[in-house]
Amino acid sequence: MIAVPSGRVDTALADVVTAHSDSRPQLVVESLSLDFKARHGTVSALEDVSLTVQRGEIVGVVGESGSGKSVMAYTVMGLVDPAARIRAGRITFGGTDLLKSSEAEMAEIRGRELAMIFQSPRTALNPIRKVGLQIEDVLRRHAAIRSQDLRRHAIQALERVRIPDPERRFDAYPFELSGGMCQRVMIAMALACSPAMLIADEPTTGLDVTTQAVIMDLIRDLSRSARMSTLLITHDLGLAGEYCDRIAVMHAGHVVEFAATETLLREPAHPYTQQLLAATPTPRSSVSTLTSIPGQLPDLRGNLPVCRFRHRCERALPLCDEPPLPWTRISADHVVRCRNPL
Amino acid sequence: MKKPIEAAPSAQRVNESDKLPVAAVVDPKKPPLLSVNKLFKLYPVGPRRKGAMLHAVDDVQLDIASGECVGLVGESGCGKSTLARLLARLIDPSSGQIVFDGHDLTAMTAERFVRSPERARIQVVFQDPTESLNPAFRVFDAIADPLRRLFGIKDAPELDRRVHEAADVVGLPAELVVRYPHQLSGGQRARVGIARAIVVEPSLLILDEPTSALDVSVQAVILRLLADLRDRLSMSYLFVSHDLNVVRLLCERIVVMYLGRVIEVATAEELFTAPRHPYTQALIAAIPDPARRGEQRLRLEGSPTSPIDPDPDRCRFYGRCPQGSDRCVSASPALRTVGRGHLVACHFA
Repeated sequence: MIAVPSGRVDTALADVVTAHSDSRPQLVVESLSLDFKARHGTVSALEDVSLTVQRGEIVGVVGESGSGKSVMAYTVMGLVDPAARIRAGRITFGGTDLLKSSEAEMAEIRGRELAMIFQSPRTALNPIRKVGLQIEDVLRRHAAIRSQDLRRHAIQALERVRIPDPERRFDAYPFELSGGMCQRVMIAMALACSPAMLIADEPTTGLDVTTQAVIMDLIRDLSRSARMSTLLITHDLGLAGEYCDRIAVMHAGHVVEFAATETLLREPAHPYTQQLLAATPTPRSSVSTLTSIPGQLPDLRGNLPVCRFRHRCERALPLCDEPPLPWTRISADHVVRCRNPL
Repeated sequence: MKKPIEAAPSAQRVNESDKLPVAAVVDPKKPPLLSVNKLFKLYPVGPRRKGAMLHAVDDVQLDIASGECVGLVGESGCGKSTLARLLARLIDPSSGQIVFDGHDLTAMTAERFVRSPERARIQVVFQDPTESLNPAFRVFDAIADPLRRLFGIKDAPELDRRVHEAADVVGLPAELVVRYPHQLSGGQRARVGIARAIVVEPSLLILDEPTSALDVSVQAVILRLLADLRDRLSMSYLFVSHDLNVVRLLCERIVVMYLGRVIEVATAEELFTAPRHPYTQALIAAIPDPARRGEQRLRLEGSPTSPIDPDPDRCRFYGRCPQGSDRCVSASPALRTVGRGHLVACHFA
C-alpha cells in the first residue's frame, strides 16, 4: 500500500522502500516530522524520517541518546506526548494509515496487531497483579477466547517464551521474578495475540549479557517462526549487528543511513555511521583503534543546518548547506542521506 | 555485623611470612599492591532468630600488582560491587584480610579509614557521574573537596593550582571549573568524577562501571583517557564492568565472579580465547558479535541459585551448568591453577 512516488519527498521514500522490495512492507514510515513544544522554543525531534520494515524482517534503529529513535517508535505506536505535534509524514501499517486512525481504532490495533516491549520490564508490568492475569487481560481485550479458556492460553503464552514451569509462574507477581523473566512475561504479553509487528525499545538494556543473549535469541526465533516483523530500538550497534536484517542509523532526528546489516557494518557510507562503528568496542578492537566522535549533538531547538551532522563532519562541503538533504542510493539495499558519502 | 571479626586495634604491618598463599601474582618477586585473602561479606537477612545470611562476597582471594589493571566482571548480584566497596574500604568485611602496600586495612573500621592517610591512596570513580556529583558544588569544589578533607590543604593558591592541574590532566577545559554539574555534558561530568579521584594521587583507582551511563561516542573518549592516565600516572586499576568488550580494552587480567565467589582469573587475552569455566564460556558467548551472526552459541538458561546460606559443599553454578555431575554437589570446587596466571574453580575445567 505505498503511495505512488511524486515530488521530492516521495522520491526519497521510493529509494528507501525499494532498498528491499521483494514484498509489500509491513510498516512504512514516510517523511515523518515531529516537533515538541518546549518552554524555550520548538524542539525538532524528528525530521523527514523514512524507513520500512518487511514482513518477518528485523530492522534495527540505532542511535545515541537524543537521536529520536524512541520518539519514532512511540509515534508508530500512536503514543505521542501531548506536547508533540506531527508536522508532516505518513505511517502505513499493513495498509492502514495510522496517523489518520482514530484513538479507538488505534486501541484496536495496539496489542492485537502492533505490540511493544519496553526497556524496564519490571516497571512496565503492573506490580500488584499476577503476571498470568496480566496476560489474560490482553487476551480478554483483543482475542475472541472464552473466559474459561483464558488461563490455558495465558499459560501457553508463557510456555512460548520458554518460561520454565509456566503453570506455577502464572501466579507469580513481577517482584518475584528476575529481570530476564519479567522481560519474557512482557514478550509473552506482547505476542499473546500473534501481532504482525513487535516494537522492542531497548528490550535488554539493564539485563545481564547472558540474559540479553537468551532474550534476543527468543525475539529472533519468534520473529522467524511467526513471520513477525520486528523493529528493534537500541543504542548498541553490536547487538543490532548480530540480530537485525537491516539497520537504520539515526542522528539528531534524521535517519542518516539505512542498509542491510552486513553492508552497513562493512561499508558504511555516512561519516556518522563510520565514526559510530569506530567508537563501539568489539571483541577485536583496541584502545588505540577506538575513536571518538568530535563535537556534540546539535541543539534541536531553533535553526538547524540542513545536514545536522555538518558541524561534526570532516567531509562537509559548501554544498551540504543547500536544501534539500537528498537520499543517495549506494546500492540496491543501501541508502544514505549525505552529499559527500564515503 | 558492623565490625570486622578479626579487627586489630590499629593498622599494623603484615609480616611477609604470615601471608597466606595468594592467587595469580603477575610478578612473583614483587609483592602485590593489593592482596585480598579469604574475604567474606555476609549480610543478615530475614528474622534475626533464624540467623540466615546472604553471602555477598564469599571467600575471595585476589591480588592486584602495582601498575596493573584488573577487570572484575560478573552478572548483577554476583557481588562485584560489594567487593569493590570492600576494597575501597567503604564498608567493613565480615572477615578476611585486605593487605594494601604492606598494611592490613581490615585492622581499621571503614569509619576510621575515612580519616586515615591511606584513604587518599585508594580512590573510587563511581558509575553515574550525574548521581555521584554534589549538584550544589561547582567543579572546583568537587575536585578540591578531597584535597581539603584528606590533606587539610587550605591555602587558596595551592588548591587552585592542584585543581587546575587535575582538570588539565583529565582534559577538562579551565573555563568549566567554575560551572555546576548541571551545566556540563555527560562526558564532562565523567571527567570531573575522574579528576576528583586522581587529584589526591592514589595508587589504586577503583572504577565502578565508569562508562555505563555514557553514549558510545563519549565512552570512547573516556576509555582513551583512562588508558592514558594509567600509563602516565602508573596507577593500578580495578575496573568493574558488565561490558566485557570494554573491560578487555583496558585490563591485563580479568577476574570473573559468580554468586559471591571468584570462579576464574586469567589474562584478558586468554579469558577471551580460551575460557575454562562453563560460566565464563557462556559469558563470552553472550557478547553480541555481528561477525558470529547466526552461529549456534552456548546459552545459559535459568537464574543463579539463592545467595542466602548456600550449601558449602555444592558448586554455586550447579543447576545452571551445562556440565554438572554428582561431584559438583558433593564438593564445591576450589580455585586452582590450570595454567600460567590462569585459575579456575571447576572440577571439569
